[in-house]
Amino acid sequence: MAITKTIRPGLIQMRVTNLEESVAFYRDVLGLDVVGKTSDGRVMFKTFDEFDHHSVVLRAAPESGFDYVAFKVTDAETLEELKAATEAFGYPVDIASDEQPGYGKRYGFTLCTGHRIELYAEVDMAENIPMLLNPDPWIDPPRGMKAQRFDHLLLYGPNIGEAVRYFTEVLGMFYPEYCNTPDGKPFAYWLTGGNKAHDIAFVEYEKPNTIHHHAFYLEDWNAIGHAADLIGKHRVKRDVGPTRHAITRGQTIYFFEPSGNRIETYAGGYAAYPDNPKRQWTVDEIGRGLFYYEGELIPSFLEVVT
Amino acid sequence: MTYEIKDAESGMTYIGRDDESIFRAMHKSGRSIFKGGCEGGGCGICKVKILEGEYVAFKKMSRRHVTEEEESQGIVLACCVKPSSDISLEKA
Repeated sequence: MAITKTIRPGLIQMRVTNLEESVAFYRDVLGLDVVGKTSDGRVMFKTFDEFDHHSVVLRAAPESGFDYVAFKVTDAETLEELKAATEAFGYPVDIASDEQPGYGKRYGFTLCTGHRIELYAEVDMAENIPMLLNPDPWIDPPRGMKAQRFDHLLLYGPNIGEAVRYFTEVLGMFYPEYCNTPDGKPFAYWLTGGNKAHDIAFVEYEKPNTIHHHAFYLEDWNAIGHAADLIGKHRVKRDVGPTRHAITRGQTIYFFEPSGNRIETYAGGYAAYPDNPKRQWTVDEIGRGLFYYEGELIPSFLEVVT
Repeated sequence: MTYEIKDAESGMTYIGRDDESIFRAMHKSGRSIFKGGCEGGGCGICKVKILEGEYVAFKKMSRRHVTEEEESQGIVLACCVKPSSDISLEKA
């Protein structure tokens, strides 16, 4: 539930080098539904449990990686307020010109980390939504990993201290957990606009506009186990897990889709409240924070990004 | 068919298969020269120069990491190529 002006990260667009293989993976392995194609051939998806028109878009490109993420804000008036506040913060704002069927006006800007961030207030309801009257948990049994929602993302880039300042001071989000270097510089921050443990996270990294992963929510630890079975069955390149994060306390697996972008399937996690004290990690213990069972960092986790 | 994949720098050898990427052949052995990778042509970790041998590129490589010119010179991502002869390579 949103408790700030920012309801959720509602839309992510990713670049893929192998569109057909990646589309099949999101549909058959993750279990997302294909909503349709844009006029320029991008493919739109949503999970079985989401209400909005679509939440994930794949764009064929010569390189894999991140195009943008868009946050849904509470209403049109707030959207205009946040546009003005973003400009006052120092980021020039534009109106997104690429087609996102079903979406209203989207404002966008480039964050100091090199990533494009967008804000919107209006989006049409999808054609196929979860039941509203005496609802079953689903209409048809979910496929594949049974992803319930696009949950969060982790971006790598320079000067995340400024990014955190933007997300807290302008968007009104808060960070339940963080990690600074021994000399006090921001190293990793987990931010949320609601009760989810995180909507977006940042790690300090030299190269701008880099993505570590985007994540889909699964129901529970059993669903994580089922996802692991599918990783084995489909010869998916697994990165880490199944394991637990001490940070956010979520249960998790990381793996790579066919174009090399890392995906997380995530379950659990604590409820975040803005008035609770913040949890802090020291850099020497961050391995245990990320991988609680392993108790140490996994080299590929830090170095492999798109 | 199987072929020998050799890392020229360390001298380590791996059993390569014509239906499997060079990255997979190295990684399956548990003693790959790479710590990890996306295995999807996206992250660029497994960039190598093929010094000797024939191979088939079966997957698109991210142009963020391998330019067309490099690819034409035998600089490739090991996860995107399969061997079609014995191979000698080095990290690029």
